[in-house]
Amino acid sequence: MAKRIDVSGLNAYYSSFRAIEDISMTVEPRTVTAFIGPSGCGKSTFLRTLNRMHEVTSGGRVEGKVMLDDEDLYGPGVDPVSVRREVGMVFQRPNPFPTMSIYDNVAAGLKLVGTKKKSELDDVVEKSLKGANLWNEVKDRLNKPGSGLSGGQQQRLCIARAIAVEPKVLLMDEPCSALDPISTLAIEDLIGELKERFTIVIVTHNMQQAARVSDRTAFFNLAAVGQPGKLIEIDDTARIFSNPSVQATEDYISGRFG
Amino acid sequence: MDISTKVPPTPPSSDAEPQRAARGATRIGDRVFLGLSRGSGIFLLVLMAAIAVFLSYRAVLAIGEDEGNFFTTFEWNPTGNPPVFGIAVLAFGTIVSSVIAMAIAVPVAVGIALFITHYAPRKLGGTIAYVVDLLAAVPSIVYGLWGALVLVPQLDGLYGWLNDYLGWTGIFEWQGGAPRSMLTVGILLAIMILPIITNVSREVFRQVPQMHEEAALALGATRWEVIRMAVLPFGRSGVISASMLGLGRALGETMAVAMVLSSSFEINLSLLDPGGGTFAQNIASKFSEATEIGRDALIASGLVLFVITLLVNGAARLIIARRKEFSGANA
Repeated sequence: MAKRIDVSGLNAYYSSFRAIEDISMTVEPRTVTAFIGPSGCGKSTFLRTLNRMHEVTSGGRVEGKVMLDDEDLYGPGVDPVSVRREVGMVFQRPNPFPTMSIYDNVAAGLKLVGTKKKSELDDVVEKSLKGANLWNEVKDRLNKPGSGLSGGQQQRLCIARAIAVEPKVLLMDEPCSALDPISTLAIEDLIGELKERFTIVIVTHNMQQAARVSDRTAFFNLAAVGQPGKLIEIDDTARIFSNPSVQATEDYISGRFG
Repeated sequence: MDISTKVPPTPPSSDAEPQRAARGATRIGDRVFLGLSRGSGIFLLVLMAAIAVFLSYRAVLAIGEDEGNFFTTFEWNPTGNPPVFGIAVLAFGTIVSSVIAMAIAVPVAVGIALFITHYAPRKLGGTIAYVVDLLAAVPSIVYGLWGALVLVPQLDGLYGWLNDYLGWTGIFEWQGGAPRSMLTVGILLAIMILPIITNVSREVFRQVPQMHEEAALALGATRWEVIRMAVLPFGRSGVISASMLGLGRALGETMAVAMVLSSSFEINLSLLDPGGGTFAQNIASKFSEATEIGRDALIASGLVLFVITLLVNGAARLIIARRKEFSGANA
């Protein structure tokens, strides 16, 4: 079910500004890959190229290849909408639909693909909320608005919403940066469980978090402000944090800059 | 239209928390501003009360003289002996023409607002928004002229078509008279209230947080589905408020209605037959030649319009408040 991501020679632009340059990497199925690096290095931009959300920004444009198993996401005739149904995303700030109940939030993606049967929706909503470790907290108030939950619960609701449509890949853009430590821990535990079923890519500013949750870590950097961000190296997390092969990586994780 | 302004909060009493001690040094600017804003709020309430009292007083005088039933009489003859007048025809005409106007204007306005904010390239959207603003600036007498001289002569075709295909409903039956009917009034009113509804809706749609639209996109929503999942629900209460502003204008529009409607004191079940009238149109056409009691009778009809507007506003607020926790305001 989970799929492999294979990126080669990827450049992303905002109008004429090149934000990331020539990125190639492979992400194995059922692993967690963390992206770390200083602000502005393009790691979020790169993440958003993986489900074609980058091009939603005005002037956003991508060159290069992203393969999901053997499907080229940027191939001619590929519909970005169907790409996003396969590659789910969780954002930095929890963003449940404020006008929908908890139940409707989780069911939103399913309704898009045309699932209408109540019993089927009920099953998936329960399964997804359980999968996001939220079921016990909300099962008695599924018809209440999702915006009434705490920040951490809202973020888990967003994860439930994303996994309800059974994506192949789950992208997370700093999913814990707006949360307190307890909620962060809950999400990190959840990531550990979710990687049994999904390929997970997570952007984080928190290096301890990268060390805790990921199997592989990619370090991004930029030469100077106004220069495009580049992938410096990607390796097993243990190796990146103990014995990276590039000096800049070591400087960054040991806190000498960034 | 919005009359439910709350009384400004009373200033905190002096024996509150200790930091209130700092109040002793309240700056003059704060005090002036507090006075100004509180004064404005109170002024509005006083103004509304004054209007209500004036209307009610004169209305009571008139209704006391009325020998017919004020609510059910199909006649307007306050100078007769005995004086007989009633608002049934006016209430019917006002409500029917406004409902037609809303039915046409709201969907079109929401469509224009969505196009400007979510579909059109930025330049085109800006141009359209500007043109809509221009429409709002046209005085209603000009709409009236245009309606009488351009719109009315063009409507024979539409009326014939409606009669052919929908005549059997009775509502769209046409005897072949000049198209100076409630439907024409409704169409003209729709054009007049289009700009206000479009402008307010546009602002509301523009304020939908990016993150909600991205949430829908990331789930694999198409552009239309993003609008349905994130934009329209978020903008719902704003669109209702916008519609109420438009409805307020439609209910009270005077000159344009007076210029296109061929009025009479009867109720036609067919929207295509001339006749009927609205509160504002009736006041405008009768006021200058009215006697003392005639004026009071017109003021009484104005009071009814005032009450209808209040009820409509109240109803809109109820609708908005009913789903408050889902409004997105707390997101």
